[in-house]
Amino acid sequence: MVEDGIPTNNTRRKDSLVIEVQHITKRYGPLIAVNDISFRVESGQILGFLGPNGAGKTTTMRILTGCIPPTDGRAIVAGFDVFEQPVEAKRRIGYLPETPPLYPDMSVREYLTFAARISGVKSSERAAKIDVAIDRTSVGDVADRHCGKLSKGYRQRVGLAQAVLHNPEVLILDEPTAGLDPKQIIETRELIRSLAGDHTIILSTHILPEVSQTCEKVVIIDKGHVVAVDTPDNLTSRLGGSETIRLEVDTGGVDPIPVLQGVDGVTTVTSSEEHHGVRVLETQSAKGADVRREVANAIVTRGWGLLELRSVKMSLEDIFLELTTQDTVDPPGNAETDTASPSESVSAHEHEAREAVHE
Amino acid sequence: MSNVLTIAQKELRSYFVSPIAYVVIGLFAVLFGVFFISSLSFILRVSLQAGMMQGAPPININEYMIRPLFGNTGVIMLFVLPMITMRSYAEEKRSGTIELLLSSPLTDMQIILGKFLGAVTLFAMMLGVTAIPMSFLFYYGEPELAPVLSGYLGLSLMGASFISIGLLISSATKNQVVAGMITFAVLLLFWVISWLGDPASGSTSSQVLAYLSVLDHFDDFSKGVIDTSHLVYYLSFITLGLFLTAKSVDSVRWRG
Repeated sequence: MVEDGIPTNNTRRKDSLVIEVQHITKRYGPLIAVNDISFRVESGQILGFLGPNGAGKTTTMRILTGCIPPTDGRAIVAGFDVFEQPVEAKRRIGYLPETPPLYPDMSVREYLTFAARISGVKSSERAAKIDVAIDRTSVGDVADRHCGKLSKGYRQRVGLAQAVLHNPEVLILDEPTAGLDPKQIIETRELIRSLAGDHTIILSTHILPEVSQTCEKVVIIDKGHVVAVDTPDNLTSRLGGSETIRLEVDTGGVDPIPVLQGVDGVTTVTSSEEHHGVRVLETQSAKGADVRREVANAIVTRGWGLLELRSVKMSLEDIFLELTTQDTVDPPGNAETDTASPSESVSAHEHEAREAVHE
Repeated sequence: MSNVLTIAQKELRSYFVSPIAYVVIGLFAVLFGVFFISSLSFILRVSLQAGMMQGAPPININEYMIRPLFGNTGVIMLFVLPMITMRSYAEEKRSGTIELLLSSPLTDMQIILGKFLGAVTLFAMMLGVTAIPMSFLFYYGEPELAPVLSGYLGLSLMGASFISIGLLISSATKNQVVAGMITFAVLLLFWVISWLGDPASGSTSSQVLAYLSVLDHFDDFSKGVIDTSHLVYYLSFITLGLFLTAKSVDSVRWRG
């Protein structure tokens, strides 16, 4: 769906596979930073690279951009092997490292001019492309300021302007929202979403909502291993081994657990808190089984007050914890858990809208 | 080639927006001026004495003033050039801007040559400043031009060799001060290496040590002799320095 939204640009490749990482391993002496990582990204997709600090995200990104060679394995970006044909591959990559690589004594415009020259933008197109990049990342206000004097948010954006400047097929962004204030985070995410379609994007983060809000595909890595590759939605449903219902019941002091346990289909009931006779409970049932009607019925027929009942999706936080820690962690089931799905559908709508514009 | 020039231009620019270029050129000019004045007063004294003696040969200004002056200029370079090269790689690694260069469609050699060219250009400007006092000698006296030009050629080659060593050392560390100090120590070693051998003995080891010395090869240039073997020495020195820098950059990549 997204692939069709790519504008017809003659430098753009037509086939859909843009990034292919094959069995990449990186060792630093005895330390294995990245261990046999493989994944693929299709054209126009936003891939979220998720993992705790030190999982190997930055190492993988530096390998993909050709900054460092892998000990083993291959990375093919936009049809070129990053290590066999580095110059060709790098022409098609825009990279924003963790710390934006700005020269403090250059003005933003000078910096972008330098970046344009070394990334091979023709001198006739240079000024126009710089203006487009400045415009896209809204750094026009600071275009004549020195990079060293910019705030963190602007540095990040100038770094992003540098990455998108030569209109690369692939954008690799290492923690693009790190260190930004909440407003800037939202703006940066919107900017990244607006860049998808034209560009294939890999972004790394350890902030989970970011992935569910921006990415179409998630690679979760931990200690150098890929532990999961899927869409945020699929991950949620695939790994949620059971259906969870969250309840708030006013029982007037009676223990509702035996009653709920007796409902057909309910496997476990856990009670998390109680105040003034109102119990907050969670029931688990087999995957695919919808027991909401039965549970509601059981409560109402006893004359208790059913204050809240909703099914809880497993959040990316839960999945993440489950995948990146050895011992299974019980889903905390907090109120924010199901934000993943609405925002996903929002981004899907946006893509459709953009697609319509392009056609 | 245009990539090399882009990098060179950026390097040169960074020297001039920071105080480095001004400090380095200023220091160089002041020190050169001190040596110039002291050798000028020396030669004035000597020629005054010679003038009092009938029939004494006229003092050769090339031999008694310009040649020692070039030697002293080499010593100043020993101190000043590490200051130019120490930041070239170390600073980019520390600030992370090296990632911009590494992820851009540039080859390592283009980056190295660009940095080399940038530093050599700044060095040429330093030498250019010395042309001002030199021109006074030509205005008031009659020195021979050829040894002056060959001396400048020798200084340029020696300076470029120093810069290639400086780049190599800067590429191996993140710390500018460490890079600067090691560069200075290594340059000093190449300067005095022939002292380890005994030139009078003529043994193979002392010949080898004398051959390695940057100073011994410079001597002929300051006399006005352009010997191919000295040209070959400096050019191979520079090539080897840049080649090793490329190796060092590559190995730093592998080690991360």
